[in-house]
Amino acid sequence: MRAILTTVGQDKTGIVAGVSGFLAEKEINILDLSQTILNGYFTMMMVVDVPDDADFTALSSELKDLGKKLGVEINIRNEKMYAAMHELSGGLE
Amino acid sequence: MDLRRIMETVNMIDNENLDLRTTTMGISLLDCIDSYSDKACQKIYDKITTKAEKLVKVAKDLETEYGIPIANKRITVTPISLIAAASGDSDYVKYAVTLDKAAKAVGVDLIGGFSALVHKGYQNGDRVLIKSIPEALKATERVCSSVNVGSTRSGINMDAVKEMGQIVIENEKINPLNNGNLVIFCNAVEDNPFMAGGFHGVGESDVALNVGVSGPGVVKKALEKVKGESMDVVAETIKQTAFKVTRMGQLVGQEASKRLGVDFGIVDLSLAPTPAQGDSVANILEEIGLESVGTHGTTAALAMLNDAVKKGGIMACSHVGGLSGAFIPESEDAGMIAAAEKGILTVDKLEAMTAVCSVGLDMIAVPGDTPAETISAMIADEAAIGMINNKTTAVRVIPVPGKGVGDSIEFGGLFGYAPIMPVHKESSAAMINRGGRIPAPVHSFKN
Repeated sequence: MRAILTTVGQDKTGIVAGVSGFLAEKEINILDLSQTILNGYFTMMMVVDVPDDADFTALSSELKDLGKKLGVEINIRNEKMYAAMHELSGGLE
Repeated sequence: MDLRRIMETVNMIDNENLDLRTTTMGISLLDCIDSYSDKACQKIYDKITTKAEKLVKVAKDLETEYGIPIANKRITVTPISLIAAASGDSDYVKYAVTLDKAAKAVGVDLIGGFSALVHKGYQNGDRVLIKSIPEALKATERVCSSVNVGSTRSGINMDAVKEMGQIVIENEKINPLNNGNLVIFCNAVEDNPFMAGGFHGVGESDVALNVGVSGPGVVKKALEKVKGESMDVVAETIKQTAFKVTRMGQLVGQEASKRLGVDFGIVDLSLAPTPAQGDSVANILEEIGLESVGTHGTTAALAMLNDAVKKGGIMACSHVGGLSGAFIPESEDAGMIAAAEKGILTVDKLEAMTAVCSVGLDMIAVPGDTPAETISAMIADEAAIGMINNKTTAVRVIPVPGKGVGDSIEFGGLFGYAPIMPVHKESSAAMINRGGRIPAPVHSFKN
């Protein structure tokens, strides 16, 4: 499943390394990545390829824990969610 | 995809209370009819617990995968007055208890369909069911009841209007909160995913999944960015926001029905508020430019809001249904509560508002000494608005024993609390006691 991982928080060193290191450990491939400072906050978006046999619930909660450790908010959601909301026909069959 | 758009979605969910209000599985019980009520109840229990076995699990999986809360998981069934009529039982409490047991077994919040459709007249099952409502609501926790007393096509059954006023008072004597689980409709819809008025109509599939969206907080935030702009801009902003909100419902409903192996019914476009700060329809109207909801201009602002939500939502999903409009419950909306407490929002103004939006006088607390005929007259007024305007209207009114204007009643959870609103003291009894039927209006003859 293609998913979008968002990371928001105070900018500091090690956020990208922390998140990408975790994903590498889980063998989750990063397909696209962009980051900026939005309203004063470090904001990063990654498009990732989550293996079909991965436990999404566990992954989601581990990422939240990682966020706490890094002092940022991390969320992962199915990519269809964003396509549905922002594209005229996106995400829907 | 553009990072700003991604973050707009994240903000809606994390900071603006965007959620799916309900995923509701409608289940037909027509194949459970049996002349032996014990046998019928066993079939009902078996069918519900089989068909809805995975409903809660699938909804929870989708909550995680899409990262959007699904506030309620619910079930609606065929009106029990039709299912139980074959049994010849003298009360249907047993059926309500079965529904309650099945709802608990599969873990849903509420189950709707302890209902009767009497807009033109009663069949025997309707009579028994309506008489059973007070005991059924007393004996159960999750069962919701509704009665349709009028329609544009058939007029208003004033005998039923009279009887429902009495039923509300009977409920009040047992436990006033039970009236929160009873809705009296005109033009009830068959695919309503919201409670307490949901039931699964006879024209529906055997099993169908319906979804109700929410999102008042999201609309309010969007309007904060267009302060001082013309009403055209306000309407357009609401329309675009409603599109986005509704798309969540379409996506989750489609995916849930696929995983459950059932038909995807409809998305209900209602803007459903909760008592949470920032999740209020009243606050949207105030953002449009009213000092308080209930003042002059409220009806116009609400009419525009309701229409713009529909225009955006209809484009966003394949099948729209249910109630689809802005809900204006007194107790479930922090802005409505505040305006009612100050006496700015009155029952009369609410009644005017119900002419331009869904759904009716909803969760209205009234003094404990309100006579049954006055409750019936409130039902009749709402039914008349629905009948003439070709729309659904409803009454969910809660008389609170021993309390009057200035007091309030606490419902808990999503239902919030409600300050008691004054009702007119002058009697409507002579009109209500006439009974009979109000004939269908002239514009119903379209064939």
